[in-house]
Amino acid sequence: MERRKRKSIIMEKKKEVLTDLENLGVRIYEQLDRGYFPSIEMPSRSTENIYYDPQVRQFILGDRKVRRNARNIRHLRPFTQLVWTAFFSHELTSQRKTSTLRDVYYSAQAYEMSFKDQQESNNIITDLETVLGFSREDFNIFPEERSAIFGDLTIEYTVPGYEGRTLNLTSHPDGVMIGPALTSSEFVKTTADKVIAIEKGGLFTRFIEENVHKKFNAILVLTAGQAPRATRHFIRRLNRELNIPVYIFTDGDPWGMHIAMVIISGSANAAHLRELTTPDAKWSGVWATDIVNYKLPTDPLDEVDVKRLYELQRDPRYKDPLWQREIKIFLKIRRKAEQEAFSRYGLTYIVDEYLPAKLEETK
Amino acid sequence: MAHTTFEEISAADFFYRNRDIAGFTNPSRAIFAAVRELVENSLDAAESLKIPPDIYVRLSYAGEAGRETQVYKLMVEDNGIGVPPRHIPSAFGQVLFGSKYKLKQQRGTFGLGGKMAILYGQITTHQPASITSSTGMSKIYTYKLMIDIQRNRPLILDRKVLINKERWRGTIVEFSLEGDYFRAMPKILEYFKQTAMVNPYANLTFVDPKGRLYKFTRVTKEMPDPPKETLPHPYGVDVELLQRLIQVTPYRNMLEFLKNHFHRVGEITARKFLEFSNISPSKNPKRLSHEEIVRLMRMLKKFKEFLPPDANCLSPLGEKLLRAGVLKELKPEFVAVHKRRPSTYAGHPFIIEVGIAYGGEIPKKGSFLIYRFANRIPLLYDEASDVSVKVINSVNWRRYKVTPDMPVAILVHICSTKVPYKTVGKEFIADRPEVRREIANGLREVARQLQRFLTRRAHVDRDRRRLGIFSKYLPKIAQFSAKLAGKEKQPDIKKLLRSVKRFGAEKT
Ligand SMILES: Nc1ncnc2c1ncn2[C@@H]1O[C@H](COP(=O)(O)OP(=O)(O)OP(=O)(O)O)[C@@H](O)[C@H]1O
Ligand SMILES: [Mg+2]
Repeated sequence: MERRKRKSIIMEKKKEVLTDLENLGVRIYEQLDRGYFPSIEMPSRSTENIYYDPQVRQFILGDRKVRRNARNIRHLRPFTQLVWTAFFSHELTSQRKTSTLRDVYYSAQAYEMSFKDQQESNNIITDLETVLGFSREDFNIFPEERSAIFGDLTIEYTVPGYEGRTLNLTSHPDGVMIGPALTSSEFVKTTADKVIAIEKGGLFTRFIEENVHKKFNAILVLTAGQAPRATRHFIRRLNRELNIPVYIFTDGDPWGMHIAMVIISGSANAAHLRELTTPDAKWSGVWATDIVNYKLPTDPLDEVDVKRLYELQRDPRYKDPLWQREIKIFLKIRRKAEQEAFSRYGLTYIVDEYLPAKLEETK
Repeated sequence: MAHTTFEEISAADFFYRNRDIAGFTNPSRAIFAAVRELVENSLDAAESLKIPPDIYVRLSYAGEAGRETQVYKLMVEDNGIGVPPRHIPSAFGQVLFGSKYKLKQQRGTFGLGGKMAILYGQITTHQPASITSSTGMSKIYTYKLMIDIQRNRPLILDRKVLINKERWRGTIVEFSLEGDYFRAMPKILEYFKQTAMVNPYANLTFVDPKGRLYKFTRVTKEMPDPPKETLPHPYGVDVELLQRLIQVTPYRNMLEFLKNHFHRVGEITARKFLEFSNISPSKNPKRLSHEEIVRLMRMLKKFKEFLPPDANCLSPLGEKLLRAGVLKELKPEFVAVHKRRPSTYAGHPFIIEVGIAYGGEIPKKGSFLIYRFANRIPLLYDEASDVSVKVINSVNWRRYKVTPDMPVAILVHICSTKVPYKTVGKEFIADRPEVRREIANGLREVARQLQRFLTRRAHVDRDRRRLGIFSKYLPKIAQFSAKLAGKEKQPDIKKLLRSVKRFGAEKT
């Protein structure tokens, strides 16, 4: 019963995406057919129009709009590219095929729609996201980078050929890749009561080896550096649909902090999108405080680290006292530490001592 | 002890000794100058009757001379006015004899050119010249003559009279000379081309020593109005001229003298001037002392109220013919021409005509092609010293979006009863502020026109590019939006493309 309802959410969304794409086509078609230069309006993504909304705890776009008009010769090319991208996304979604950003770039050439470079095609995809308010994964377009998941969660595929098949995410000791098939799958059942997101592959493997998933009843997610959007969306789903807390472990430096923050509050680049954030997720470490308390082996902060810390200090997403405190301590001790630093106390120390302590502390 | 001997030399002797001032500097210059002087005489001869000139020039090889020079036979035939038989010997055998000492615009001025060519031929080959001419009456006269250099007199060696059954009219001059045609060739061909440019109503035919034929065909029979003869303007006179006028005048008082011998001086102006200069109107001009003549000249120049000289003694080519000439010889994409209003320097009227041509067959040289003309004669030497070149270099071309790397040709033509040549060789124009100003103003005018053309063309290009872009993308928008909307039929974008075109057309 519960399951049926959730499944329809995924299907409903696919339908909605298709309808919106078709409506976009109809709008342009009709303008052309009536002898007008077609135009499309969308929220502006310029920095002056990006605001931090403390309510939804993420960046959002303001009221400013931009209009792409085919009458304007400078708009003509990106306009055409946008229409093509919408058409291509519709093909993908309706045929239930996926494509990488790179594929899109090359596919365009088959339609004599060349993009100058990958960046240009990525930008147009972002435009389409902004126009329709869906993220590219909803159009079945995925980035190259892949992260992984491991833990007691059973999913059911919705991709063609696998519909109805289920998989338990402990079935492969390296974890399961968070790809298009997984992101479009339904959650069937789980015994886990938390999610632990980990920045680095080494620690992810260690946690699996050390049975962290069992010991802590956790689903483990490897972000592999900055978490891809699909992964951020997936973490959000774990949090929302399974109703379990999320804890994030990163390196103890400004870059690690920010990996956690983007999972929690999103990035300015995705201000036009919702459902990529997990506002209740917790950054559990490695904190500057931990560096001091656990007497971790450290490296000195270099210039860019310090500069980055000052930037974060002013960033609206960091105004919470915990973050501010940690930034200050980083700046005071002028040191940083990697997650691997715990190995100085033996390989299992991090699992036996640090992890439970921090899970408790950030509960 | 050295002692000084005094002797008198004739005009012929003087120019024989100083032939380089007339342009006969070396074997290649000499052959160019000879062709040029005879062609110009022929053009004058046809134009004075307002007949479109037909000129045939043949230069043929006649034997080796020195190591680098050959002997050539030069023959020039025209359909001009012809020379009356009694004047033929002097016109071609006596230096400083001519019919063009009058105050009107003509190519010839000094009574020297044709003779210098014949003289040069005579001293290098010791052969007589042959002149055949008819004014279109019943007879044709042929003279064989040489110039007696010491006495500046023609030596007639032979004379033939033929019955002119066909009523032929014109002149044929033929003589031998030494020269270096192969050095001179580029200049000679350039000379013909440029002559054709400012004489678009002329047929010029040239057969060179290798038998190659160069033909410059007229594109019009229309000719500029011939110039009228005029009296000297008071601002342009000198003591010498005053003395000559006083000698020949039949008038016995200053008022009549001024009224009848000067250009633009009537009763009122004459009286005002005499009052201004404190000269009695009844004074007999023949009684003026030398000091009084000098004073008269000074006062004439000082008096501010003489009207400027009339320009009907000038014969500019006119904008229509100038344009035709440039189009015919340069085949440009664009040409702008401009004729300035008449102006004067030192009492001599002059008119500046300028042209600017762009693109087409004009080559890109990294600098402008400059064509200079005076009284419809191309000036091919000493370009750097010419006033036109100085003015062209002083114009701020960038203001007009014109740069030297563009295929641009600039043409400057000065017409005057007295072209301010720097030398008897008639190769470049002296720098007179009045002339300079007129050239500069003319150039600005045509430069503006070129600028307008270039901007317009840039617009047209831009519009064409625009249309190209729209034609490339609109069909795609139509195609993909139709597919996306699930429509069978593509939307009609012809109307939109038409509106892009119209939008472009409005702009120009
Ligand atoms: N082809 C011709 N047809 C008719 N008359 C001619 C021809 N060639 C020369 N003459 C006459 O002979 C005269 C002398 O010619 P010449 O070339 O020696 O002097 P010019 O033309 O008067 O002056 P310049 O020294 O400037 O050439 C001319 O003034 C003209 O009257
Ligand atoms: Mg002459």
